[in-house]
Amino acid sequence: MSSHKIRVQAENFDAAAEGAALTRGRRDVGALVSFIGLCRDEAGTLEALELEHYPGMAEEEIARMVGEAERRWPLLGVTVIHRHGRILPGEQIVLVLCASAHRAAAFAAAEYLMDFLKSRAPFWKKEHRADGGQGDWVAAKDADEAALARWGER
Amino acid sequence: MRLVYFASLRERIGKSVEEVDVPGSVRTVAELIDWLGARDEAYAATFADGLARTAVDKKHARREASIVGASEVAFFPPMTGG
Repeated sequence: MSSHKIRVQAENFDAAAEGAALTRGRRDVGALVSFIGLCRDEAGTLEALELEHYPGMAEEEIARMVGEAERRWPLLGVTVIHRHGRILPGEQIVLVLCASAHRAAAFAAAEYLMDFLKSRAPFWKKEHRADGGQGDWVAAKDADEAALARWGER
Repeated sequence: MRLVYFASLRERIGKSVEEVDVPGSVRTVAELIDWLGARDEAYAATFADGLARTAVDKKHARREASIVGASEVAFFPPMTGG
């Protein structure tokens, strides 16, 4: 049976500890896929990202996505942690862990969850620039929206 | 009814939350957007590009979705999570 943990928090997370917690005491997990999204500064211009979220809906929407992933694949455990607030380049933003008996389901579910977190979880990123200039909201990418289409939902 | 705004929409509207008395004739998200725009040009300008996403009681909702009996409607730009 699958267990899942969903957290929306300002604090950082320990991916290794979360992975250990997900598999502790279990003998049936054969695959644990971990995805960590980091705050990236491509051109030396980013001071920090400010992540705004919709409290309540963020947790509910992630729970809905996890439930759909559990319906589609034989998962044994899922952990999703998404941070909000001010995040510096190099820091962690999001963690997705998917445990299953075999790797195919764990890989697919992790990719599915990330695709939906990008475009359906109510989070918005604002850039604060290193030169002190007025930052801008990060624009949604058409590619992220297109990525949803392959899962055949919405 | 409570209206909440996020990210660039929050900045353009100039507030994150407000309480409004919506007439009973306003029954869908689309009608709510039209009603808000008719009351205040700033709202009309904010919603003019048609890109705003909406949620009714914290669930994603399209323009034709009902707002009858809803306690909270949210407006926000396309999401950039992950």
